[in-house]
Amino acid sequence: MSPQPHRLPKGGRIDRSTPQRFSFDGRSFGGYAGDSLASALLANGIHFVGRSFKYHRPRGIFSAGAEEPNALFQIGAGGRSEPNLKAPQVELYDGLISESQNRSPSLRLDRGAINDLLSPLFPAGFYYKTFMWPAALWMHYERAIRAMAGMGRSAREADPDRYDQTNAHCDVLIAGGGPAGLMAALAAGRAGARVILADEQNEFGGRLLSEPGDGETIGERPPADWVAEVRAELAAMPEVRLLPRATVFGYYDHNFLGLIERVTDHLGDAAPYHLPRQRMWRVRAKQVVLATGAIERPLVFAENDRPGIMLAGAARAYLNRYAVQPGTKVLIFANNDDAYRTALDLNAAGIAVPAVVDLRADPQGALPARARAAGIEILAGHGVVGTKGRLRVTAARVARVSGDTVAGPVRSISCDAIAMSGGWNPAVHLFSQGQGKLRFEEARGVFLPDETIQANRSAGACNGAFSLAACLAEGAEAGARAAADAGFESPMPALPETKEVEEAPMAVVWQVPSDRPTGKTRAFVDFQNDVTTKDVKLAAREGYRSVEHFKRYTTTGMGTDQGKTSNINGLAILAGALGKAIPAVGTTTFRPPYTPVAFGAFAGRELHEFYAPIRRTPIHAWHESHGAVFENVGQWKRAWYYPRAGEDMHAAVRREAVAARSGISILDASTLGKIDIQGADAAELLNRVYTNAWSKLEIDRCRYGLMLGEDGMVMDDGVTARLAEDHFLMSTTTGNAARVLAWLEEWVQTEWPDMKVHMASATEQWATVSISGPRSRDLLAELTGDIDLSPEAFPFMSFREGTVAEVSARVFRISFTGELSFEINVAARHGLALWTACMTAGEKYGITPFGTETMHLLRAEKGFIIVGQDTDGTVTPADLGMDWIVSKKKPDFLGKRSLSRADALRTGRKRLVGLFTKDPKTVLDEGAQIVAEARDRPPMKMIGHVTSSYFSPTLDRSIALALIEDGPERMGQTLHASMAGHASTPGTTVSVRVTEPVFFDPDGERMRG
Amino acid sequence: MLHIPCPWCGARDQHEFSYGGEAHIARPEDPAALSDAAWADYLFMRSNTKGLFLERWRHSHGCGRWFNAARDTVSHAILAVYKMGEKSPTEASGETKRSES
Repeated sequence: MSPQPHRLPKGGRIDRSTPQRFSFDGRSFGGYAGDSLASALLANGIHFVGRSFKYHRPRGIFSAGAEEPNALFQIGAGGRSEPNLKAPQVELYDGLISESQNRSPSLRLDRGAINDLLSPLFPAGFYYKTFMWPAALWMHYERAIRAMAGMGRSAREADPDRYDQTNAHCDVLIAGGGPAGLMAALAAGRAGARVILADEQNEFGGRLLSEPGDGETIGERPPADWVAEVRAELAAMPEVRLLPRATVFGYYDHNFLGLIERVTDHLGDAAPYHLPRQRMWRVRAKQVVLATGAIERPLVFAENDRPGIMLAGAARAYLNRYAVQPGTKVLIFANNDDAYRTALDLNAAGIAVPAVVDLRADPQGALPARARAAGIEILAGHGVVGTKGRLRVTAARVARVSGDTVAGPVRSISCDAIAMSGGWNPAVHLFSQGQGKLRFEEARGVFLPDETIQANRSAGACNGAFSLAACLAEGAEAGARAAADAGFESPMPALPETKEVEEAPMAVVWQVPSDRPTGKTRAFVDFQNDVTTKDVKLAAREGYRSVEHFKRYTTTGMGTDQGKTSNINGLAILAGALGKAIPAVGTTTFRPPYTPVAFGAFAGRELHEFYAPIRRTPIHAWHESHGAVFENVGQWKRAWYYPRAGEDMHAAVRREAVAARSGISILDASTLGKIDIQGADAAELLNRVYTNAWSKLEIDRCRYGLMLGEDGMVMDDGVTARLAEDHFLMSTTTGNAARVLAWLEEWVQTEWPDMKVHMASATEQWATVSISGPRSRDLLAELTGDIDLSPEAFPFMSFREGTVAEVSARVFRISFTGELSFEINVAARHGLALWTACMTAGEKYGITPFGTETMHLLRAEKGFIIVGQDTDGTVTPADLGMDWIVSKKKPDFLGKRSLSRADALRTGRKRLVGLFTKDPKTVLDEGAQIVAEARDRPPMKMIGHVTSSYFSPTLDRSIALALIEDGPERMGQTLHASMAGHASTPGTTVSVRVTEPVFFDPDGERMRG
Repeated sequence: MLHIPCPWCGARDQHEFSYGGEAHIARPEDPAALSDAAWADYLFMRSNTKGLFLERWRHSHGCGRWFNAARDTVSHAILAVYKMGEKSPTEASGETKRSES
């Protein structure tokens, strides 16, 4: 197979023995294992790979790393299709499918390109300015602007991949595996510390991977060889974990950091089934070493965004690491010596370098000297003031520049690539996320790590140390000290000798002047979001002077590249426009993640049935096998209704309710909270947390209790039984069981520590089977021999222990249905046997299981509230007509003081009433708003809402409970309720009559019998 | 994610704990004697301190005990933890005690 046209015949770290094929916009190309998508495209001569966000300008590959603003791709298909991946970060695999983004119908022929001609309509903040008039067209503008927004497309199918999460603790976490990070790992590892060394690239080495084999050396060897040796030594240390392809994406509190490891992304379809796609590491480190390197800074000059214009260090990486020609005629444009390394390496590879355009008037360093010796022309004191070319740069317009003016004639230099460098910005993102403070260094125009409040150290280029020797020294020192602070003392490792060329100082240049008027040219600051110097200055003029306002108004740094190549230039130009010093403007807040992380990685395995625990009662299997439809109550599965053949919910509920009031019904009530309370002060505790009095409750008797928050609002309710002088069993609603126990613990532990009382949850330890109906006593009599069930011996609201269905049981005679009722509690492991025994013995009585829907209906007929349905945290006992349960004698209980607040006593509060619809067949919507006067359009004053609503077979008509302003004072009034529309039926209003909130057996004779 | 030193269990991850708001707010001895405004102050008003803050935590997914902590709300450094009923070992700043009856 013939190699790619721009692949050099030898060199690079690619594996030429493993060719691969991939597609780009439907066309097939070749590359090698070890390529990134970016290097493979460049090897095929493809520079033009995308269109910019706003103006749809043709864009090319700009960088060789995570800072890439332009080369964004949609990769993969189906549920694996992922947008906005940066080509330099995509490892090539056989069969990779890539598509360019933000263009229609195609990259070359893009409708959106017209935006470039209309660019005066799209300055910063255009959606607040241009598209404001006429107001009638706003919705059209919005639709059009929305269609323009975004770059790639979300997948439409579910993500089929699995993501793992793992926790790790270590002594030293090292972020970055370049020369500084490798030395730090060596120092800490040799000291015996537990080390994690993570690097976002597929192999360790950082910038050293882009060094030529015959240039600067470490320990007399090519840098790549040194890297391989160090890696081998580290791999052999049992306490060192090497994590390539792992980005440290977030630095949080107390040295907690997040890493995302790409386990199989680079394998494509060859990924082994048993491996997760990615693994998130949640690391708690005693010490952190930040060796995150530096990101090259672009130069800001007119028309600096054409395909073929890239960072000088990137051009060098493509050349040396991937054996790719970044162009055939590569112009170098820089303000520093490092860019000359690119010129020299290109030249040595036989690639034409028409000139090095150096903004400095007199570059006298060793690297420029070598360039001159190699016959490369240096245009000192010159700048690139414009470029030519549409889908590829074809020429640079070069002139002498002095300060911010063009000081000589412009000449055109033909080139098909420009490798530019404005210097290097230390990558201080993680340091800053960790609450570190930065300081600004004028000489190189860089922000450097200053004070830190967490246990971390910065080493190498991210600390402003750009020379190889300094990186190695700082890395070793940081690693050794970090290990020592973690308790592992050890001498510093010997530093290898380095041979490198010394660099002369750079000249900081934030903007290169142009020979054309500002209005006629665009110098890009943020490539991804199309922010130009004009936009930065506009923001300053319009008053967006704070760097945080400037960022949001211009959208600088808000793209998927998160401003890695734009933030510093942007704020420096802003500072110039405001006449302020750069440190006074400052940086915007650095926030995780450093690079995007898939949602799937954060979710890990906690999906679907693993998102939250599912709680089932011991009787669940019976419900399931008998066709129950379930509903979720908190985390519990509760039988909602038991449809027989041909029944919908309404038919099932009707049958269940009729059975409940005429024969026997049976309900699984195991989910209700049970709290065992013991101690000499148990009764006193109840006195303090309930509104009613408990000291005189006799042993073996039960009482209904209402619990308020300190704000006087109903919080929970339940029946509590006294088992002994110092022993109570409290019940709570299903959903509030944990909350109530926590509430009791909070008060006892923090406010009443002298009380002799302790609590324990007993919810799961007991199964509860509730049988109710006129024949329920007869059924129970068949199942127990040692409990006297006569009404005199076992009155309503009392408790008995004995044997039921041959199992030890606690039986409570309480009722939520309003029928004669017994709640039988047995140890959970006997729950199913008890239920089955009841069903078997009850068959002759026509025993009918009922679910939560019927239960809600039956209690509503009796006017019993459900906390959380008829209350919402703003409802007092008086609002519910439950003053009868609020003790007048107790001097204090939780919430009592709030009941006498002016707002709790005022008129106009929403209070509980019943509602009958005018048409008895109409069932109100729960939540329906109530108005006194129905009009044909808003506004109408809403005076309340429907809390519970059912069709009652007992009354053969609909019933509802509602909270309405001054409800009880409106008895008999006609009001109106809104009913939502469905599909093609519009909403309506329905007339209702206010009635008592009890619909059946108001004196409770049936349950007291 | 904070690393919180439970006085009984030692340092654990934040997600094992529930936050309990400002510490040292005693329930008034005689709520009936308070005006509505004073009662509302006890119920709802809490300090929002930049810097050293005394607060409560519960080790809900651990030992279940409540305790107090002195935390710097800017750096999130936890300077001390101490048991319910104890005084903060740090130099407590001049926090206003709420609702003193």
